[in-house]
Amino acid sequence: MTTYIIRRLLYSIPVLFAASFLVFAMVSATGDPLGTLKMTPNISQQTIDLITERKHLDEPIPIRYFYWLEEAVTDKFGSTIIGERPIWNDLSRVIGNTLQLVIAAELIAILLAVIIGVYSAVRQYSPFDYGATTFSFLGLSTPVFWLALMLQVLVVNIFLAYDVRIFYVSNLSSPNPDNFLLDRIQHLALPVIVLAVASIAQYSRFMRASMLEVINSDYVRTARAKGLPERTVIMKHGFRNALIPLTTVIALNFGALLGGAIITETIFSLDGMGLYFITALNDADPYPIMAWLAITSIAIVVFNLIADIAYGFLDPRVRYE
Amino acid sequence: MSERSAQPPHIDQPPPSVGVVGEPQVAMQVDESLELAYDSGLELKARSQWGYAARRFLRHRLAMGSLVVLLFLCIVAIFADFFAPYAFDEPDFLSITLPPTTENNHFFGTDFLGRDSLSRIIYGLRTSLWVALVVSLLATVIGTTIGAISGYFGGWVDNGLMRLTDLVLTLPGLAVLLTISVYVGQGEPMRVAVILALLFWTGFARIVRGTFLSLREKEFVEAAKASGAGDTRIILRHILPNAVGPIIVNATLIVAGAILVEAALSFLGFGVQPPNPALGVLINEGQSEGLKFWWLVTFPGLVIVLIALCINFIGDGLRDALDPTQRRVRG
Repeated sequence: MTTYIIRRLLYSIPVLFAASFLVFAMVSATGDPLGTLKMTPNISQQTIDLITERKHLDEPIPIRYFYWLEEAVTDKFGSTIIGERPIWNDLSRVIGNTLQLVIAAELIAILLAVIIGVYSAVRQYSPFDYGATTFSFLGLSTPVFWLALMLQVLVVNIFLAYDVRIFYVSNLSSPNPDNFLLDRIQHLALPVIVLAVASIAQYSRFMRASMLEVINSDYVRTARAKGLPERTVIMKHGFRNALIPLTTVIALNFGALLGGAIITETIFSLDGMGLYFITALNDADPYPIMAWLAITSIAIVVFNLIADIAYGFLDPRVRYE
Repeated sequence: MSERSAQPPHIDQPPPSVGVVGEPQVAMQVDESLELAYDSGLELKARSQWGYAARRFLRHRLAMGSLVVLLFLCIVAIFADFFAPYAFDEPDFLSITLPPTTENNHFFGTDFLGRDSLSRIIYGLRTSLWVALVVSLLATVIGTTIGAISGYFGGWVDNGLMRLTDLVLTLPGLAVLLTISVYVGQGEPMRVAVILALLFWTGFARIVRGTFLSLREKEFVEAAKASGAGDTRIILRHILPNAVGPIIVNATLIVAGAILVEAALSFLGFGVQPPNPALGVLINEGQSEGLKFWWLVTFPGLVIVLIALCINFIGDGLRDALDPTQRRVRG
């Protein structure tokens, strides 16, 4: 097992380096981070030369990549080209915010999806099952950004018409809230709903399929045949085994979500990883973009690995050499 | 549902005349059970594999309904000049931001330049569908080629190509799309399509590679080799047809995915750019003036949901029809 994990991690190192170089080359070759600075009046040529000198912007791209790598390793991803802001300070703040959003959304999604999935499998072809299937297809076909906008339209129009503030449609907290927790919930509720709907649609469908497969298997028939109560058959024999494939899907999805729900965070102006990335992209600054990509890609690799390990751990038939 | 109706009906009652004493039974029985089978709707005609698939698909009510709706939307999009009441960029400063009304045929209202929202949606539909189709086509070609080469030749070719696939899968998709499109592909719908295709091909590569890996050692491949068929012929004529079912299903589902992703990119301002109308662009323009003009945001979004829903249902029906092995996993 340990050999397997080490080998997988070693395998991903060259892939990660290749990916980081590709993105670095792409961003550096096509965008000019000093573009806006050069257009601004009152910026002396000296300042521009200084920045160029400090970030080695006059060197060829492969060399600049190694300068970046050096800065990233020795100085926690270094600092931005414009303004010399230390990247790690900003990044650790936005990671915390994204984690709040993603964990809340995923917990709600897993809970609801498991209940929906199990119930529609047990009552296959019932009205509830058809309803759940319809919801899940609708959820998979609705663009995330549009759902977010529609919720905003609803909340804003309720506010305009009745002067009731149920939820906020932007930012993470008010300047001076009376009750911090309540205020945070009012701010996070809409983005959490948006993220959760997409996840519920995906997970519940998966849970239903995996539960159906288990229910129709031989050992469940055996359990019924020896006279166990239906409750025990479903919960102990069925449910627990049906959860195994779902863990993989959740782990994979969680890794991808950590990269920041880019769209959701942009629409709700949440100070998370997604918004950080979009801002960096608009500045054409390779340093924060690279830091972001490094964190996200590592998260994806690690969670892919966790998904595989968890599967082997939960299902003793799977063995990794 | 469809899988049930596709099964032959049960023959419950015993045939009435069978078993009458003193009659030559053996020959009669065969004849009559055949007749009975015909009566109860059991078809004995030999069907090709594709015949069965087509029949399963035609009986999938949801998929057929979706196909009709989608075809209608396609026709409206293709003949946009005929169906749209106005041109998509025709301003009318006397009727600015009208809510939906039957007056002057502004069924979906007008935007802040007085342009008719319905017409803009119809032209946007054309752009979005066109982009999605090109993405699906390109991704199929790229992914199938890479998967076939990788699975057929194996060895270092396979290793290299699969690392390339890993590379694309390791990168956070939307982020890479955004990064590339900022610098290379902004604006032109076709550029956006090419860039999307560069990220969507991995699914095909994996499916096709899997088929090739499992089939390349089979006897029929060996027989083809022995009778002098070249690599290209074996790949195209002998192995690839076995993967056609999953490829078609995947290609269909990618159209839905591409429509959603293109809309998101265009909405964020990194995809298709105005004045090209795409559904995501329309939503972006609609929300830029605050959320007061709800119709400018609602209707283009509803159209996206409708297309994606139809394509997902069609893909589901196709999977049932073409890829019966996957049915159990789907549930």
